Amino acid sequence: MSEEQTLKIEKIQKGTVIDHIPVGRALQVLKILNIYSDIGLTVSIAIHVKSKKLGLKDVIKIEERILDSSELNKIALVAEGATISIVDNFEVIKKFSVKAPEVVIGILRCSNPRCITNTGENVKSSFIITSKDPIILKCHYCEREMETDEIIENIV
Amino acid sequence: MWLNRDLVSIGDLSKEEILEVLAKANSLLEYGKSGHPDLPLKGKIIATLFYEPSTRTRLSFESAAKRMGAEVLGFGSLESTSVAKGETLLDTVRIIDGYSDAIVLRHPSEGAARLASEYSEVPVINAGDGAGQHPTQTLLDIFTIWKEVGKVDDTTIGFVGDLKYGRTVHSLSKALSLFNVNLHFISPEQLKLPKHIRKEIEKKVTVKEHKDLEEVIPKLDVLYVTRIQKERFPDPEEYKKVAGTYVLRASTVSRGKRSMVIMHPLPRVDEIPFEIDNLPQARYFRQAAYGVPVRMALLDLILRGE
Ligand SMILES: [Zn+2]
Repeated sequence: MSEEQTLKIEKIQKGTVIDHIPVGRALQVLKILNIYSDIGLTVSIAIHVKSKKLGLKDVIKIEERILDSSELNKIALVAEGATISIVDNFEVIKKFSVKAPEVVIGILRCSNPRCITNTGENVKSSFIITSKDPIILKCHYCEREMETDEIIENIV
Repeated sequence: MWLNRDLVSIGDLSKEEILEVLAKANSLLEYGKSGHPDLPLKGKIIATLFYEPSTRTRLSFESAAKRMGAEVLGFGSLESTSVAKGETLLDTVRIIDGYSDAIVLRHPSEGAARLASEYSEVPVINAGDGAGQHPTQTLLDIFTIWKEVGKVDDTTIGFVGDLKYGRTVHSLSKALSLFNVNLHFISPEQLKLPKHIRKEIEKKVTVKEHKDLEEVIPKLDVLYVTRIQKERFPDPEEYKKVAGTYVLRASTVSRGKRSMVIMHPLPRVDEIPFEIDNLPQARYFRQAAYGVPVRMALLDLILRGE
């Protein structure tokens, strides 16, 4: 982590740092992770941070909680290229880039209003990734495809 | 491989499997009119659940089932059913699968058949889910090309009309892209084939788009006509102008090959005037009749595995 970021948000003792989030997507990332203001943890969000790699980026630090990687990989749906650092005792003990899951169940609504999953049937939405760069999801039921903009609009 | 299998989307079938259905339908062709003498599906019950009316498709399935000796139960509209009282699709399917050996489902919501197939113990055949899939229509369209042209590979097929919203065109062109064909798409600018479908099929076959039917008709072995719907145009004057341009004229047909086959998923309105019906190229009524042997073949493959 470079000096300029650490000036913006203090180093954390223990927790999860999500770095290199495409600028403006931090709030969607929190939504996907189901992190709201009543979570009872200190969450720091930096939006519009200068980055050598991306020009501009967002950064999120979640104190005390270490999120597991299957949960974190869902972030790739809205923030491809984000990197995760797991911190313990001010040390980064694990670092990785998020990888989009092959199948996405639940977390999104299908963008097709006439899809059977939007009609009150007792069924979870289900999507298959048909492309990783850019991310394209295909509804398992109605076969409609969604790209990033629609994915962001349809986080439940 | 076929026994108890669902048929939800034409994409579920390989080219070999499609050819298997065609060959089987051909072997049953004569029984489409007289009934199969051995009644191979005697004792089987087929449920036809039609959540929106489509009399032609329902009767074609029911005729196919009866020609093979099966019994049919179900509904063709929602009045007086528990569905009208608010029962979900999944509850209905889980109950009906106890009464039947296969479910034929028509539903206004896209993906309904896929969902039903995951909860039904018996195979589900999709008879149309909203603007989504209608695989038996696609199979009977390919059967028509195969019978009337004599082959599917090495044919040149033109689609004309509403190529943007017409699901029959989307499914058929995707299925045809498994074969060695040339595809031409002729439509007004507003109703062009959606980009994602063009992208998908042009990976496999040559695709050309046109505005004018006259320039391309001499090349075609098949002309597949679809209706241009008024609802697609905000301005009624614009609709009149566009729809008028795409009415099929006998003089246009005469520019094509004598052997050209004219198809239409029916019902037609005025995109094919009655005068075309008497031309040797008109095959759309035969196309509709082929729905019975094709559905007989599918029911037999799925219920008996052969
Ligand atoms: Zn869907």
